Amino acid sequence: MRYLPHTREDIDSMLQTVGVKRLDDLFSMVPENCRRTADLDLPDSLTEWELNALMEDLSAGIAVSPEYKVFMGAGSYEHYIPESVSYLLSRSEFVTSYTPYQPEMSQGTLQGIYEYQTLVSGLLGMETTNASLYDGASALAESLLMAVRITRKKTVAVSRLIHPLYRRVVQTYLEPTDYHMVELPCLENGQTDFSAVDGMGDLAAVAIQSPNFLGCIENLGAVGQKAHEKEALFITCFTEPLAYGLFKNPGSQGADIACGEGQSLGIPRSFGGPGLGIFATKKKYVRSMPGRLVGKTVDKDGKRGFVLTLSTREQHIRREKATSNICTNSSLCALTAAMYMASVGGTGMRELAALNHDKSEYLKKELTKAGFKTGFDSPTFNEFVVEFPEGFKKTHDRLLEKKIVAGLSLAAFYPELPNHYLLCVTETMTKADMDELVREVKS
Amino acid sequence: MKEISELNLPDDVRYSETHEWARLEGDTLRVGISDYAQDQIGDVVFVELPEAGDLFGKGEEFGSVESVKAVSELFMPVGGEILSVNADLEESPEKVNKSPYDEGWMIEVKIDDPTELDRLMTKEAYIEWLKGVE
Amino acid sequence: MKESAGTTGLILNEPLLWEKGKKGRCGFSLPRRDVEPSPPDEDLMGEGPDFPDLSEVDVVRHYTRLSQWNFGVDTGMYPLGSCTMKYNPKINEKQARLRGFSGAHPLLPADLSQGILKLMFELEGFLAQITGMDAVTLQPAAGAQGELAGMLLIHGYLKSKGRRRSKIIIPDTAHGTNPASAALCGFRPVPVKSGEQGILTPEAIIEVMDEDTAGIMVTNPNTLGLFEENIQKIAEIVHSKGGLVYCDGANMNALMGIAHMGKMGIDILHLNLHKTFSTPHGGGGPGSGPVCVRKYLKPFLPVPRVIRKDDRYSLSEDFPQSIGKLHAFYGNFGVMIKAYSYIRSMGPENLKKASQLAVLNANYIKERLKGIFHLPYDRPCMHECVFSDKFQNKQKITTLNMAKRLMDYGFHPPTIYFPLVVKGAIMIEPTETESKETLDLFIDACQAIADEAKTDPEVLRQAPTHCKVRSLDEAAAARRPCLTG
Repeated sequence: MRYLPHTREDIDSMLQTVGVKRLDDLFSMVPENCRRTADLDLPDSLTEWELNALMEDLSAGIAVSPEYKVFMGAGSYEHYIPESVSYLLSRSEFVTSYTPYQPEMSQGTLQGIYEYQTLVSGLLGMETTNASLYDGASALAESLLMAVRITRKKTVAVSRLIHPLYRRVVQTYLEPTDYHMVELPCLENGQTDFSAVDGMGDLAAVAIQSPNFLGCIENLGAVGQKAHEKEALFITCFTEPLAYGLFKNPGSQGADIACGEGQSLGIPRSFGGPGLGIFATKKKYVRSMPGRLVGKTVDKDGKRGFVLTLSTREQHIRREKATSNICTNSSLCALTAAMYMASVGGTGMRELAALNHDKSEYLKKELTKAGFKTGFDSPTFNEFVVEFPEGFKKTHDRLLEKKIVAGLSLAAFYPELPNHYLLCVTETMTKADMDELVREVKS
Repeated sequence: MKEISELNLPDDVRYSETHEWARLEGDTLRVGISDYAQDQIGDVVFVELPEAGDLFGKGEEFGSVESVKAVSELFMPVGGEILSVNADLEESPEKVNKSPYDEGWMIEVKIDDPTELDRLMTKEAYIEWLKGVE
Repeated sequence: MKESAGTTGLILNEPLLWEKGKKGRCGFSLPRRDVEPSPPDEDLMGEGPDFPDLSEVDVVRHYTRLSQWNFGVDTGMYPLGSCTMKYNPKINEKQARLRGFSGAHPLLPADLSQGILKLMFELEGFLAQITGMDAVTLQPAAGAQGELAGMLLIHGYLKSKGRRRSKIIIPDTAHGTNPASAALCGFRPVPVKSGEQGILTPEAIIEVMDEDTAGIMVTNPNTLGLFEENIQKIAEIVHSKGGLVYCDGANMNALMGIAHMGKMGIDILHLNLHKTFSTPHGGGGPGSGPVCVRKYLKPFLPVPRVIRKDDRYSLSEDFPQSIGKLHAFYGNFGVMIKAYSYIRSMGPENLKKASQLAVLNANYIKERLKGIFHLPYDRPCMHECVFSDKFQNKQKITTLNMAKRLMDYGFHPPTIYFPLVVKGAIMIEPTETESKETLDLFIDACQAIADEAKTDPEVLRQAPTHCKVRSLDEAAAARRPCLTG
């Protein structure tokens, strides 16, 4: 086996040093009753070439672009990824290193993450960003737990228009605790109805997503003000951070914590993971923050360098009193996001975001012209809801055969919205793709 | 790390088994950590202190001291009410290392029961205690 | 000794991203605008991020230089204890990049994602087979989230029986994630000391296990690299009081094809695909932390579950007792592809061989280093061994000094100051992919450093001297944190 360098001779001489005869003897401390009696029942080993064929085969039938036109976002977005980013990510010094516990040997990762923290803070308009969490959903759950820690209150108000799957993760995290989640309902215009916040007691946080799951831009400023009146933390969540290239960012709207998914920033969709849990907050809350942080410092000669810092918040030091149990994060994905943001640049982010918005507006307009009803009036970024006529499911299925995925049915997530579909258009869709979609759904 | 003979252990304070010192100044008691403690902890990077008005019993945790890689709890050498805390430590936690008995003080306490003070160790007793710890 | 790998290479300086670039540059090929602009309402618009504008060349040089300041498994031996820094096969990276996998939307209809679902279903089966457990979830995104899943499973199971317990037993050798994960679930950790042999004794467990204790979190092999020989007896004790046995499987690399975790009495076990199954660590993630359980816990596993019916795969939510969801979608599929590829490439014999050689390498290092460093538990070890700096303390040389000096010899240092039960711990896990020559060089370097501790201790205190930076002021970083530029 090419990954195992030992020759027969090596093994014999090493066994002799250790003082046993056979490899099996190394396991004398494993009691008989803890051992396997049969060999592993697994498929035989494959050559590199056989593996290639097998994996080609497994991946062949899956609906991906360019063969398929997938007008579906809902927390996972198709964006162009520059080849330079993919290429740089194959640098094995980034890929095959571990958490930078030894800063002198990990300055590449450390400076890269410091730059990530800075770029994301800029994008979100926040003061401090951590080195990443697993994904948007766990980032939201961690943000609510952090709000509970800071405020010492036990109720969290969460918008019904936060990604439904994120809210289910939050439920899982809160289940064994005595904190509870209250849902804020949806208004006719596709924004969150936060009027109920007024009457809530013991409120640790108000959490809202913008653009929300229906694609609508929320009135973050007003929600933030309400949260602060109740001395609760204002948490904003997102699944599409590219929106802040065009729309007001969470920090400028008073967010105490901004968290969400960073997959949009140069990370392939990979069937939903790995993603990038983005987590940013105000400086004053940094000691309550979960996850790793990279800080700037100097070496013995006064030269600039970077280290993991404020580690005493973390599990390996504070154990059960830690701010979170997180250890591994999504470091390589954070680095990807930084490479992506650096490549696109400030000017490029603006244009790219505008392009997403304008293309999506085009499709919205064309569908309206064709007689379909858009679901909600609020402004949107690159996703919006269309209410198709009853029985659209058949059309949707027919389009699949034509290699078009005409959005995501919302009925499973919001039973009150039958026949409503969430459509997404990014820069990867051409006018011709959209025209074809309109033609097909009409016929 | 310092040998016991190298430690700065003033005569005018009393010591606890958890390495806090206490010095009576008029009606109030000043509390900090000993030279031994700061030496063991290493570079202090953060000190978490209570608020004035908080009440603690003897032996209760009133805060913590952080180095880069460890957190050490701080315990009340006697019971009482917190009168004030050393706000300078927020900006300059290194004072705990540089001047543990002076600029690095941590809290001022209004003592519940002055006789509790007598149960703390003198310098000589503390040195003996440290020899046992080593 | 032969010439060591440590030297000063051609390491170039590189500023921060925003210290270079010029407004108006762009490193991205902006897609063609084929629709009219239709800007949103002014009031809603922000200013956009103030990122630097860089050309593609700027970006490529920047990250290429940064990468050269990093040490990875591909650079050299990385014997970080409990982290299993084994070689990450390149062919697996290619598979994860296949367009059908990397481009797949997670909410595709099942008919359009059969290959993915099949891979996940089969990987679950492989992991069940390797561990000897009955069912597997791939959803947890990392080991610590796997632990959390495990705690939630215990909580959910006990709740279904109408029981609620407040404590959990955690040995003193546990990873810090264990108590932190338990605390998230509202369990209060009850510490228990390992015996003189460095392993748990049944007596210690009898003493703390009671009807208010939900179970035990045990790491096997433990973080001293020792097999918990009393595991079966311990499991019996915990079960007899209605508790469950959770095993931290971070160290599974010692046991593939040899031990049967189910037979040991373990109810729940998490794995780290980024340790045992060779997926790269990525500078600290993404990882993947599947959880394996006994049959009776299967209904509690996270949803959705991949199910197979007549050779067709689908995702099912129909598990009413499930603990719920831990990840927005299904976990880190990109990592699963690499682990699957590894298992298929290795096959049953080579997986077993990998564990045997991992244990051989660790024992070889233990034997050869034991006169050089103090070995607190001198017994046959599994995949890692733990030394201390006791011998070197006489020269006022610490584990940290020696770790930093190892860098100058071209090795990544071992895990240091863990486990906490050994003062000044040096925890070495060579893994099976290091050859005897490399181990010998590492041992020679350790010998040279131990000699220097006696003859020239100052050189250790000044180490490292060959790296991009010298030792960094971590205290200053923590006192006045500067987290953004």
